[in-house]
Amino acid sequence: MSLLAIQEDFRLWLTTETDDANLRLGGESAPGLAVYLNNYRGQLMACLTASYPMLQAWLGTNAFHGAAALHVDRVAPSDWTLDAYALNFPGTLIELFPSDPEISELAMLERGLDLAFVGEDAPATDVGALGNLDWDRARFNLVPTLSTYLFATNACAIWSAIAVGSEPPPAVLLDEPVCVALWRHGLTPMFRTLPQLEAIALEMAREGRDFGQICSSIVEIAGPSDGLQWAGEYLAGWLQSGIIQSIES
Amino acid sequence: MFDTHQFGLGLRKPHYADFLDEHATVPVDFVEVISENFMVDGGRPLEILRRVRERHPVALHGVSMSIGSADGLRADYLERLRALVEAIEPLFISDHLSWSRIGQFNSHDLLPLPYTTEALDCVCRNIHEAQSVLGRPMLIENPSSYLAFAGEMTEWEFLEAMCDRTGCGLLLDVNNIYVSAVNHGFDPLAYLSGIPAGRVRQIHLAGHSAGRELLIDTHDKPVPQAVWAVFDAAIDRLGPVAVMIERDDDIPPLVSLLEELDTARQRAARPLRSAA
Repeated sequence: MSLLAIQEDFRLWLTTETDDANLRLGGESAPGLAVYLNNYRGQLMACLTASYPMLQAWLGTNAFHGAAALHVDRVAPSDWTLDAYALNFPGTLIELFPSDPEISELAMLERGLDLAFVGEDAPATDVGALGNLDWDRARFNLVPTLSTYLFATNACAIWSAIAVGSEPPPAVLLDEPVCVALWRHGLTPMFRTLPQLEAIALEMAREGRDFGQICSSIVEIAGPSDGLQWAGEYLAGWLQSGIIQSIES
Repeated sequence: MFDTHQFGLGLRKPHYADFLDEHATVPVDFVEVISENFMVDGGRPLEILRRVRERHPVALHGVSMSIGSADGLRADYLERLRALVEAIEPLFISDHLSWSRIGQFNSHDLLPLPYTTEALDCVCRNIHEAQSVLGRPMLIENPSSYLAFAGEMTEWEFLEAMCDRTGCGLLLDVNNIYVSAVNHGFDPLAYLSGIPAGRVRQIHLAGHSAGRELLIDTHDKPVPQAVWAVFDAAIDRLGPVAVMIERDDDIPPLVSLLEELDTARQRAARPLRSAA
C-alpha cells in the first residue's frame, strides 16, 4: 500500500468511518484506529467549544454539543490552523436553527471578535498629532481589523449580558436590521451597534470618500443643523475608539 | 550546542502572567511555544511572545507542518512559519515525524507513518524543503503512535536514516518512546540504543493515560516513574541537551511544573547510571 493510499484511507476513516477504509488500515487488529478517530473528533469539538463560549452559554451544553457534533460530521477541516475550523460554524447554525437567527448572529459576533483578536496590528491615530487638517478633504484609513455585520436580532445585547454574568434578555427580532461594527482597539477586540446614519457614514469612509462628501450625505438625510453635528460626533467617536488608523488630506 | 543541559517549560496560557511578571523571573533556561498559536497577523498573542522573548530564549514547536504528507508541504504554512522565525529568532524549530494533511483535508492530529523507503524519501524531501525555506536545520520529534504499519525498518532506523540524509536534529520525546514501546511491544532501551544520539538537541518529558487497550499520549499528568526511567537512560547516552516538561491539558500552577523540572535537573545531574 503506497503512502498516498494510506493517507487517503485515513482521511476516509476519520471523516466517514467507512468499513472499507478501516479494513484496509488493519480493521479489528488495529485498535488504534478508534483512538485516532476519537482524537480527531475530540480536537474539533474542543476547538468549537473554545471558540464559542457565549453561544454555548446561550444554547446550553447539550444543544451546543449536538450542533457542534453535526458540524464535525458535515465539515472536514482544511486549514493548517485549528482555529480556522471554527470560522464556518455560523453557516451550520443558520441551517440548523432557521427560526432562531440570534443563534447564528451570536456566533458571528464571537467569530468576529476572535478574528479581530489576532488581526493585523495598526496603531490608531494620535488625536493630538492631527494638526491643521483640511477636514473637507480628509480621507480616512480605517484599522484593518474593522468589519461590519447586519444583525436582525438583539444578539449584541445577549452577548453583553452573558459576558458580565447577567441574565440575557429574550431573543427578539429588531424592527429594522442594525449595523454592528467590530474592530480591535490596541489589543482589545470591541464591537458597537451603529445608528443608521453612522453606519452610512462609516461605509462611506471605508469606500474612501472624504469627510466633506460624508458630511454632505448626512446633511442631505438629517438636515444641515443635525447632520453636521452628527457627522462631527461620529468622527470624534471613531477617533476616540481607535477605528481610524490614519488621516490623509 | 550547549555546554550543559538546559531546562525549560512549554509556555501555556494559564502561565502567561507568571512569565510576564516584571518583578519576578521564572527560573527556566528557555520556553517552548506551539508555533501555530503565534502564526497570526498580530494582536495579543504576538505581543505576549515578543515580551517573553525579551526575557527567555524561545523554541518554536509545530504541530501542523505535516512532514510526512505524500503530496508535499503547504507553501503558505512555510512562509508564515518563516515570518515567525525571523521575528523570534528561536532556539529551535521543531515538528513531528507524522502527517496530518492530505490534499485539502487537515486532521489536526499527528497520524502515523509506515516506516518504508517510500515514506523515508517523502519525509526527507519535505524536510529538505522546510529547511531550505527556514534557512536552518529543524528538529524532528519521535511520535506516540497507536497503529504500526508493516514496514521495512524500525522507527529508530528510520530516524537515523532521516537525520543522515537531511542534516536535521532530533527532539526526543521520552514519553512518546515509552507509550509507543508499550503499544507496539518494543524495548525502550533498544530504541535509545538505535537512535543517533549525537543528533538529539532537545528532550520532551510528559505524562500519558491508560486507554482500554493502549496508552494514550495525553500530556495531562505529571511525568510517571516509567518515563523518568527512560529519561535516565537517555541522559546517560546524550551530550548536553535542552530538557523540557510538556503539559498541554489539566495544567497545574506553574510552581508544580517548576518542581517537576527540578526533578529533571536532579536526575540529569546524577552520575552515569551505567557506571554506578
